Amino acid sequence: MEKVMMKLGGLTCPSCLAKIQKGVEAVDGTADVKVLFNAGKVKFTLDPAVSSPETVQEGIEKMGYTVQGTKMKEV
Amino acid sequence: MVKIQQFLTKHRQGLVILMTILLVLAEAARWLGQMSLAYQVIMALTGVIGLLPILLTAISALRVRLVSIDVLVSIAVIGAFVIGEYNEAAIVTWLFMLGEVLEDLTLKKTRSAVKQLTDLAPQTALVVDADGNTHQEDVDFLDPGAHVLIKTGAQVPVDGTVLTGDALANEASITGEARLVKKEVGDSVYAGTILENGTLTVETTAAGDDTTFGKIIELVEEAQDSQTKTQRFIDRFAQYYTPFVLLVAVVVGLLTRDFRLAITVMVLGCPGALVIGVPASTVAGIGNGARRGILFKGSDVMDRLRQVDTIAFDKTGTLTRGKPTVQTLVVLKGDRQAIIDRAVAIEGQSDHPLARSIAALPTQQPLTATKVETVKGQGIRAEVDGQEYLLGNRALVNAVVGDDAALTRAVAQLVAAGDSLVILASADHQELAVFGIKDQLRPQAAVALHQLKQLGVKRLVMLTGDNTGTAKEIAATLPIDEVHAEMLPQDKARFVADEREGGHRVAFVGDGINDSPALAAADVAIAMGSGTDVAMDVADLVLVKSTLASLLTARRLARRTITNMNENIVIALLTVLLLFIGLFAGYVEMASGMLIHELSILIVILNSMRLIKYSPQN
Repeated sequence: MEKVMMKLGGLTCPSCLAKIQKGVEAVDGTADVKVLFNAGKVKFTLDPAVSSPETVQEGIEKMGYTVQGTKMKEV
Repeated sequence: MVKIQQFLTKHRQGLVILMTILLVLAEAARWLGQMSLAYQVIMALTGVIGLLPILLTAISALRVRLVSIDVLVSIAVIGAFVIGEYNEAAIVTWLFMLGEVLEDLTLKKTRSAVKQLTDLAPQTALVVDADGNTHQEDVDFLDPGAHVLIKTGAQVPVDGTVLTGDALANEASITGEARLVKKEVGDSVYAGTILENGTLTVETTAAGDDTTFGKIIELVEEAQDSQTKTQRFIDRFAQYYTPFVLLVAVVVGLLTRDFRLAITVMVLGCPGALVIGVPASTVAGIGNGARRGILFKGSDVMDRLRQVDTIAFDKTGTLTRGKPTVQTLVVLKGDRQAIIDRAVAIEGQSDHPLARSIAALPTQQPLTATKVETVKGQGIRAEVDGQEYLLGNRALVNAVVGDDAALTRAVAQLVAAGDSLVILASADHQELAVFGIKDQLRPQAAVALHQLKQLGVKRLVMLTGDNTGTAKEIAATLPIDEVHAEMLPQDKARFVADEREGGHRVAFVGDGINDSPALAAADVAIAMGSGTDVAMDVADLVLVKSTLASLLTARRLARRTITNMNENIVIALLTVLLLFIGLFAGYVEMASGMLIHELSILIVILNSMRLIKYSPQN
């Protein structure tokens, strides 16, 4: 499992928060999704065998937000 | 479509300005008279421009099966177009967009305190490679072991150990104390601190998020987005509330056959201020604390701290400075310097604060202790030069010394002076001495405790592993209600658990070193000093500045923040209530409803902003 943190752009309202939360949860292999509105970040764990951070990033960008940076750590 | 959406989000401010100009033009056209066609066309154009970004956001929300505010507004505006109310459509979208822009700007302000802190995080380091060449590197990609060069005036980029050079460092960002600390070969340096003078080469032990400063930032970042029970409820509520408003609008439309009324209900039902009010207070309150070195792990911690009625202090390091020094040495048998040399050798093996004070005494002959064995809650047993020694409290040495009248007298005298004791006894009865060790009370301890009581804390309890006489002596000068002495770490945890069982809300204050069981057992775990990782992990509240005054400030800030949240909830609910009364009384229409709605959002954000400037008077 990998711990992933993405710095987001374009987060403007708290309803974006629920949207990103649902969008990331919808990707298989993600768990413990936490969207930090004030920090403008999303944190989650990812099973690299099932999905990749790129897939998640695509999903987020499709909803109209930008991913400014990604950090990963093995757990 | 995504590109368009991102483009529109990016240029939202420009859009609002464009719409404002168009609205003025439209009004001008009407005022000049007889140009109602131009008026209608410009209004319709404005409405379309405003609707576009809202609609796109709504569609992407619906894709993940979320009925967001944008969905309500989109339907309402499309409805306005259908019945030919172009000016309503234009004004509603304009207000909504303007509101979002203002919301964004003001929310940024509420986050300013936390932002100031995260901006202090080092970004790059000057890495020295094997050939002695230096290059800049992002701290996130540094591995432990990397050698880093730090020059005068620069920020220390990593946690590490000094390899070469000496310098003066300002460690205020970590310890809260704005004084210069000397750094020499072998000393630890911390990321986020500043080298005021000198140059160092440092071997990295931790970089990026793993440093102490990185952990402080992570803690605050998570805290500002944490939720109280009330807010979790509101969020769940909002998820069902928005579709519910949609349903109500449809029902109203079907019953009254009044399409206009139905879409107005949709605009008025937006839960804006209710959703934004509590997080805005949270981020402002947490940020205010972070700026003062008061790190709440979440807004729920504030809620619990506000309700605490009993505070238990671990004496050493909280009520006292935690840096005890040897005041007296009473030698009953044996040679004074020989006893000091042996005691230093043995205590050098221990991390206990009392042991460290003895280990700091000047020696004449460096000795080594062997067969060192810790007797939990009592002291140490060890051998020096083939002779066995006991070093600890009376219980430990009793087996060897027995009933010794001279020892009892010496002990009684030191206890009366409020000293902590360490007794040294050799197994062959030839050496016997008592170290009297004093730990200074923190300045203003009595004042701060009195004020805590004024703030509604009913009981203040001192828990300590020290002996009863010493503990009572120290407590006598303080407004402490109860003293429990000679406690082991697990006794402290049991005390806290029992009190909670008895219906009290208990905060435990420790320095985080050997208090983790009691910290874990408390309603609110408070750690003084951020030096240890354990404290950061277990504690709910970290007081970076190790002062009792910051505990007071924390309690005041917690109370104030929660009050502010409740004010925002009341404002939000009152707004919705007023809007609906206004609607059915016929005073409120779609555009004016949107205006009031956006105003209520700005009011709750402005209310939270008062928390940023709030300064608790100690």
